[in-house]
Amino acid sequence: MKTRITACGNWFLERFPLTKLWNDHMAHYYAPKNFNFWYFFGSLALLVLVNQFITGILLTMNYKPDAKLAFDSVEYIMRDVNWGWLIRYMHSTGASAFFIVIYLHMFRGLIYGSYKQPRELIWIFGMLLFLALMAEAFMGYLLPWGQMSYWGAQVIISLFSAIPFIGDDLSLWIRGDYVVSDATLNRFFAFHVIAVPLVLVMLVFLHIVALHEVGSNNPDGIEIKKIKNKDGIPLDGIPFHPYYTVKDIFGVGVFLIFFATVIFYMPEVGGFFLEADNFIPADPLKTPEHIAPLWYFTPYYAILRAVPDKFAGVIAMFGSIAVLFILPWLDRSPVKSIRYRGAIFKRALFLFVISFFALGYLGTQPATPSATMVARFFTLIYFGFFLLMPIYTRWEKPKPVPKRLTQLSTLDDFIPTLKATLDEVTVKDDHGYTLFGSTEFRRKPNPQGIRNVLIRLAKNLKASLD
Amino acid sequence: MNNEGVDESKRQFLTSALTVVGGIGTGYLAVPFLAQMQPSVKAMAAGAPVEVDLSKMESGQLLRVAWRGKPVWILNRTPAALETLKAMDSFLSDPNSKDSIQPDSSKNPVRSIKPEIFVAIGLCTHLGCSPTFRPEIAPHDLGPDWKGGFFCPCHGSRFDLAGRVYSGVPAPTNLEIPPHRYLKDTLLLIGETGKGGVA
Repeated sequence: MKTRITACGNWFLERFPLTKLWNDHMAHYYAPKNFNFWYFFGSLALLVLVNQFITGILLTMNYKPDAKLAFDSVEYIMRDVNWGWLIRYMHSTGASAFFIVIYLHMFRGLIYGSYKQPRELIWIFGMLLFLALMAEAFMGYLLPWGQMSYWGAQVIISLFSAIPFIGDDLSLWIRGDYVVSDATLNRFFAFHVIAVPLVLVMLVFLHIVALHEVGSNNPDGIEIKKIKNKDGIPLDGIPFHPYYTVKDIFGVGVFLIFFATVIFYMPEVGGFFLEADNFIPADPLKTPEHIAPLWYFTPYYAILRAVPDKFAGVIAMFGSIAVLFILPWLDRSPVKSIRYRGAIFKRALFLFVISFFALGYLGTQPATPSATMVARFFTLIYFGFFLLMPIYTRWEKPKPVPKRLTQLSTLDDFIPTLKATLDEVTVKDDHGYTLFGSTEFRRKPNPQGIRNVLIRLAKNLKASLD
Repeated sequence: MNNEGVDESKRQFLTSALTVVGGIGTGYLAVPFLAQMQPSVKAMAAGAPVEVDLSKMESGQLLRVAWRGKPVWILNRTPAALETLKAMDSFLSDPNSKDSIQPDSSKNPVRSIKPEIFVAIGLCTHLGCSPTFRPEIAPHDLGPDWKGGFFCPCHGSRFDLAGRVYSGVPAPTNLEIPPHRYLKDTLLLIGETGKGGVA
């Protein structure tokens, strides 16, 4: 029997390069040995993609892409389909989780210079993935046919009408009607469930092929392929399998704790993952008092509103995404990782992160004149970070980069520091109490200690920006 | 069988010819593929005119009807509201509606056929939200200069009670006025202009 199975296996392997594929991309794919927290998000993005595919397929089995039936079919899924609520919440939470994971993944690229030579193409495929993901999320959001679905789609499709000459015909062509209607819903369903997912899968393939051709970057931004042993294996590399498969499984476990918490206890996340107005069926005659896109689009939405001219606003919004594509050529610093980059880049990145969060917040708020002024200020910082980069990265004075990877600090190193900090911020209560025969003392917060720790933290933060 | 070597130029010609023919064929095929996403015959036919009875309308009342799936507003303006329109010019970016869409019959300072009855498509010319009707004078959130009008909650565009856009807001033009005419004194037809032409 055993020989039969072996024979079957051999028959297969003689006809398909499974061993070669496994070795090239897993067992003999050497990745830098110092991957840290930030390197979880690539594999997590893949996990969320699979989650979206499976739950999405299940949702299509009961969803009706028809303007008269869509809203009710979603409520039917929520109330009457077995486990329908779970599948839908997994899908809606998955959409937001996808963007959280992708934004962290992109930020990793930003701090460790993963977009720089020779990985420009990986970055571009990644940006195309980001673009496809945004299209996928936008079209998916129309499908429940609630008030936010309807008016969100109306606004975004109208963006195209701002293009001179062809704009009106183009937006008419996208809608397939004079307003967002059944025709629009039906075609968005087609794009959402088949066209864009196919593009996503192809781009993921290209992204990974390009990555495995040049090899992964790392927190030190050092090319491990430069120093190899006599067998041609990078000295600072370890095989992806089993080392990083095990590490990523741990990441998956932690991620799923957060994911499940949201699904089971707070699927709407206070209107951030599912908006309240979307539980009202679409009404083409009435716009909700306050419309805002889902949180992952709000930074770009704030940029759109910050510009007082229709066409210029649309240009600025699309420009805020487009500028990311040319990032590899804007950055003139010879050093990849933030660990060895000059103060000026760290400060610029710090401002960029603040502006991104600020714009994200402003995009959820009504467009009052003062909010618009603040949005304009942060829009300038957002674009300044990118467009002034060719200038300020040239002034940058990088620190010397080591030849080999530095040690990754372990949890053991942190524990004594953590314990010392805990002792500092608390003080022992005078009154002991007896527990299981031994005297215990409660600890209460120590204001002076907390102040000291916070001052030290601020000093460290400031020092790390130099 | 020809053993005298390969005729490279012939191969080049055949490759080029095939590329051109294939390219043209793909181009022709793209036309129906792309055109099928245009509004269908049914969608275009749904633009039929709508009759509205105005006999029960009170002064200051706003009526919303659907035409081509779009909200159309019919506002019965009070004499006081009409009076405010005269002093608006300094706030507006297109007070005389030169760059805005309206039938010729409504191309006048109050943008309507009958001065009191204002008909407009209730979609902001910025990004197509439906503005809210705010007839009150100088409310807290819209500032002391507000003389009544329409406010778009999406991106903060402002329009006066003749649908004329304020300057310094994202909306580029005044609210669009649909073709419309009166069948009787209190019977309005939206979707057709006076001479029977369908827009």
